[in-house]
Amino acid sequence: MKIAVCVKQIPDPATPYELDAESHLVVRPQDQVLDDTDRYGVEVGLQLAEANEGTVTLFSMSPSGSLQGIRQALAMGADKAVLIDDQALRGSAALTTARVLAAAIEREGFDLVIAGTESTDGYTGVVPQQIAEILDVPALSFARRVEAGDGKVTIERQTATGYDVVESPLPAVLAVTAGSVEPRYPTFKGIMQAKQKPIDNLTAGDLGFGDDDVGIAGSGQSITAVAPIAGRQAGEIIEDDGEAHLRIVALLEETKVI
Amino acid sequence: MSTPIKPGGEYRGDFLEVDAMLDDEERLIRDTVRAFVADRVLPDIADWFAQGTIPVELAKEMGAMGLLGMHLNGYGTAGTNAVSYGLACRELEAGDSGVRSFVSVQGSLAMYPIWAFGSEEQKQRWLPPMASGEIIGCFGLTEADAGSDPEAMKTSARQDGSDWVIDGTKMWITNGGIAGVAIIWAHTENGIRGFIVPTDTPGFSTSDIRYKMSLRASVTSELVLDGVRVPGDAILPDVVGLKGPLSCLNEARLGIVFGSTGAARACYEAALSYSKERVQFGRPIASFQLTQRKLVEMMVKVNQATLLAMHLGRKRDAGTLTAQQVSFGKMVNVRSALEVAREARSVLGANGITLEYPVIRHMNNLESVYTYEGTNEIHILVLGEAITGISAFQ
Repeated sequence: MKIAVCVKQIPDPATPYELDAESHLVVRPQDQVLDDTDRYGVEVGLQLAEANEGTVTLFSMSPSGSLQGIRQALAMGADKAVLIDDQALRGSAALTTARVLAAAIEREGFDLVIAGTESTDGYTGVVPQQIAEILDVPALSFARRVEAGDGKVTIERQTATGYDVVESPLPAVLAVTAGSVEPRYPTFKGIMQAKQKPIDNLTAGDLGFGDDDVGIAGSGQSITAVAPIAGRQAGEIIEDDGEAHLRIVALLEETKVI
Repeated sequence: MSTPIKPGGEYRGDFLEVDAMLDDEERLIRDTVRAFVADRVLPDIADWFAQGTIPVELAKEMGAMGLLGMHLNGYGTAGTNAVSYGLACRELEAGDSGVRSFVSVQGSLAMYPIWAFGSEEQKQRWLPPMASGEIIGCFGLTEADAGSDPEAMKTSARQDGSDWVIDGTKMWITNGGIAGVAIIWAHTENGIRGFIVPTDTPGFSTSDIRYKMSLRASVTSELVLDGVRVPGDAILPDVVGLKGPLSCLNEARLGIVFGSTGAARACYEAALSYSKERVQFGRPIASFQLTQRKLVEMMVKVNQATLLAMHLGRKRDAGTLTAQQVSFGKMVNVRSALEVAREARSVLGANGITLEYPVIRHMNNLESVYTYEGTNEIHILVLGEAITGISAFQ
């Protein structure tokens, strides 16, 4: 089974990041890390590969030159990576990202594409479904448990109240939720071997895209302004006069927690 | 010189950006151990410390990751460089010195002598299960009356036919009570020799030291060897004399040079965050000049120690590190970590004495680290001899 896992390298969330004053895009530092949510996609990919004698190939689009995040996913056990590393991609919108990743995945061949539900720096949450549409295969979203084999994939799709069991023939695209599995720690041997694993470097041009098709020019949209979010409002303090539990239950029902 | 010096902003943690010197591999190892400590150590460490235990299953988890004997190569070990080993020690000790001690003893004191001085058969038999954490090792050098002066040890081994018979008592042995194998150093007719002794050998017994106020999340034991008979091939063939155990200690001390910076960092970070939240006289105590001075002194010490550790680690990897330079690092970094821990304790006020915060746990642990693997005093005298040419103790 050929499993493609989409991963993204993002600025380390533990350090403050800045936005470019003109384009309002994140200024990407030289060293980026693997988006934490992608560890779940990698883990699901590795488990399915182990169960189905498959291979895991990482696909990532990144205009920064950083490899640290890719190496982390390789150290977890992925077999190889395809990195579309091209300054021309800077400022690409979600749809452009999906087009580029889909082109790279199609070129490599696949039975199953796995991605996180959304990235931690962009939060668009639409790329997996767009990839599925471009590749003309079914999209399964919010997957928490995944089984694959015999030409099909079955998932538990997280819902507000529980889960749906969804089945699809392969090939397909899968977006997994954080918490779907317990991602493994990379082993030190894996970390040492990651350097030897192949990373194919591609440009947008290698995949048939012109400079005007990608990046800010090809995105068909621009960020016109960025504003900080309003500070959180103070919480409500419930004084317990013996009836506080009723108010707490009402609030939990209001927010649909219970 | 074309780029102007930037003014800088609000710094978090690594003020001098020492970790920018790391390569991708070293950074990944650092992050992996940091994540492991956050997931597996920090949630429970206060309880382990209070109860005086460390779960033995941690050994296998650390083995699976590649932490045990990581800086050796072959025989199931990961084969990293010395800086990576140091970074792993640093992140483990930011969790707890007891957890770092476990890894130091397993890798540098129990596995290293087999790897460096053992026969091929000994390496193949012992190193793979020790690397995976299935067999825990300990290092029997110190005795109740032979600490800084190991030559004065009373433990002896005599040949009886093709066997060796070992008698003696070892004290302050980390991992002793949970070990499956002990590296025992003993006087023989031909000088001090090392022996690989399975702990289920008749005549071998241990008792744990229960009433200690430091390194509580670590097993410390007495080992009693009463006519312990081991076959002739239990002796480490390739080393005679004190240089055997001392070379193991030098390996482990490099881990302490790094590890102590982790404990210091954890204390500094706890004090910094506490001081920004703790309000007295209507403002955070971080706004008071006395507190700022404490915070700055702590931050400077953490950064200086980290820089020093990195320098010594790079020298180890380049093959140019001397034992005296290791003494420099062990002496100053542990002393400085202890000073940071005490300063942090004062910033946290009464909260500083509780296990709700990591500070007093680190502070108590560092009292042991200050004394074990070469006391602070002995390292001072090693340096004294290095610069005067005169030994003050031999």
